[in-house]
Amino acid sequence: MKNAIGRDIPAHISGINNIRLYEGAGVYKPEKSGAGKKLRVGKPHTNKILQSIDEAIEKTGLKDGQTISFHHHLRNGDYVMKMVVERIAAKGIKNITIAASSLSPCHDFLIDYIKDGTVTALESSGLRGQLGKYLTRHPEALQKPTIIRSHGGRARAIEAGELHIDVAFMAAPTCDRQGNATGRIGKSAFGSMGYAMIDAAYADNVVLITDNLVDEPVHPYSIPQTQVDYIVPVEEIGDPAGIASGAIRITKSPTQLLIAKYAAEVMEKTGILKEGFSMQLGSGGASLAAAKFIREKMEAQNITGSFGIGGVTGIFSEMLKDGLFKACYDAQTFDTTAVQSLAENPNHIEISASFYANPWNAGPIVNDLDVVILSATEVDLDFNVNVITDSNGVCMGASGGHSDTAAGAALTIIVMPLIRGRLPMIRDHVQNVVTPGNDVDVIITERGIAINPKRTDLIEKLSNSGLPIMKIEKLQQMAYDFVGKPDEVQLSDADKDIVAVVEYRDGSILDVIRKPLV
Amino acid sequence: MTKILAKSAKAGFEEKNDLVVEVSPLQNGSGVVIDLQSPVKNQYGRHIEALIKDTVTAEGFFDVQVNVLDKGAWDYTIKARTIAALERGMKQ
Repeated sequence: MKNAIGRDIPAHISGINNIRLYEGAGVYKPEKSGAGKKLRVGKPHTNKILQSIDEAIEKTGLKDGQTISFHHHLRNGDYVMKMVVERIAAKGIKNITIAASSLSPCHDFLIDYIKDGTVTALESSGLRGQLGKYLTRHPEALQKPTIIRSHGGRARAIEAGELHIDVAFMAAPTCDRQGNATGRIGKSAFGSMGYAMIDAAYADNVVLITDNLVDEPVHPYSIPQTQVDYIVPVEEIGDPAGIASGAIRITKSPTQLLIAKYAAEVMEKTGILKEGFSMQLGSGGASLAAAKFIREKMEAQNITGSFGIGGVTGIFSEMLKDGLFKACYDAQTFDTTAVQSLAENPNHIEISASFYANPWNAGPIVNDLDVVILSATEVDLDFNVNVITDSNGVCMGASGGHSDTAAGAALTIIVMPLIRGRLPMIRDHVQNVVTPGNDVDVIITERGIAINPKRTDLIEKLSNSGLPIMKIEKLQQMAYDFVGKPDEVQLSDADKDIVAVVEYRDGSILDVIRKPLV
Repeated sequence: MTKILAKSAKAGFEEKNDLVVEVSPLQNGSGVVIDLQSPVKNQYGRHIEALIKDTVTAEGFFDVQVNVLDKGAWDYTIKARTIAALERGMKQ
């Protein structure tokens, strides 16, 4: 069956229930109420503090076939998933689904527990590192394809009852003895707990794992005590070097800087860069570097923005501090400068993944974005974007907030080099679609800028701007003139070789990731 | 005129967008034998092997083992490194 972007989706995919094809942004309208939290009776003067992860597994009654969840705010420094999965395996519990908000290379250890049958299904925003390679090569290692969701899509799936979590094991950098938790302080501070908030609000059992249990009440808290069943103190929840980088610096690459400069000029010449505008910058060299040029233009023209959303870096929190924006909404905090800003600046506002991007609530903040600048691993002539698989079809990335922000923003700009190494980044058809071309307006490379033909208004505004505007086909040909046209990587069309299912943010199926035949 | 390599020789660096080409003499009648390692082998493997074979033959060599460690080099680099390795291999 072909969906609205022409991707061939099997009518039945083993282990995936209720397949609904992608029909376009906002087309499907849910007519039901969402999930609720299981009721519980908190007894007076109960001690929630447990001695060990083992005790938490026993108290929650975790058993074969259940779903456990983790957030990824500790990024590549996360110790918590490993300490929990090791103990689950030691107890002989099998057939567990791990629903993580994302996975990093530090989660490569999961391969061992997939092989021994402890873990038999994954749901995540991303698949990377050795785990991504392993599952791409051996889709049969899991009982069903991995479900890839955007950040907003995951919040939606939990709130809609499509992703039911039996036990949420949530890393908490600081919490009090009642379970009020924050990520702002503590030796493993990571900033916003935006993804964890949803798990804590909906899971049947919530276990906090902390390396900073304090006696005094924690306030402001990101997770309230009303949602927390148990607390397990441990030595360390993560490796500080992997949790948050030091202040992220603007790239020195001339190519990236040129792309970033074009992005700021496109914003200016389309009239988006005006008093009260809002923006989000994705991670990636060129999108972050755009901040430098946007800032110069804002200061020169005396423009104050309304708000920014993140994925917040020090680059943005400095703009907030300097009064260039009124507020900053933060679902995930990237570097130490931004963590400090969240702790100190009242205009730096912590939000949940649902507030950020859930398409099934009355107003996720992405819906109010004027502009978003995003990276891509590759794009195609239909403006579709891939950020999940590399040019050989191997899972190496994450959906993140890509499709969420692209759908919400009035102007969606993709920044990427025309060629990486020898590989042209404008394909006839991307290997896998994470963000549909309908939500993408402008693709900027160092050698030219392509505008989605549907945006005739932008074409008109930019045609005499002095910017190197051209048809996407011409831009693709320019790359071919340098490096030649690449052969296509052959993919298996067997249904057993489906590695992952890419959900659009509304839960419909946008694409399936198939095993490459190489 | 058929040229014959005097010894094995290398050119290039193991750097992004570059490649290391190592050529060695083979017995008469062996032909041009290419061993290619490349991150873009799926996309450009056939093209790179043809380019190297054409370059080696155009330089007048017919029996050469060519070991290539590619790091995403473009055609002009592949050609230049191949010629350089062959020329070095001609010197005693």
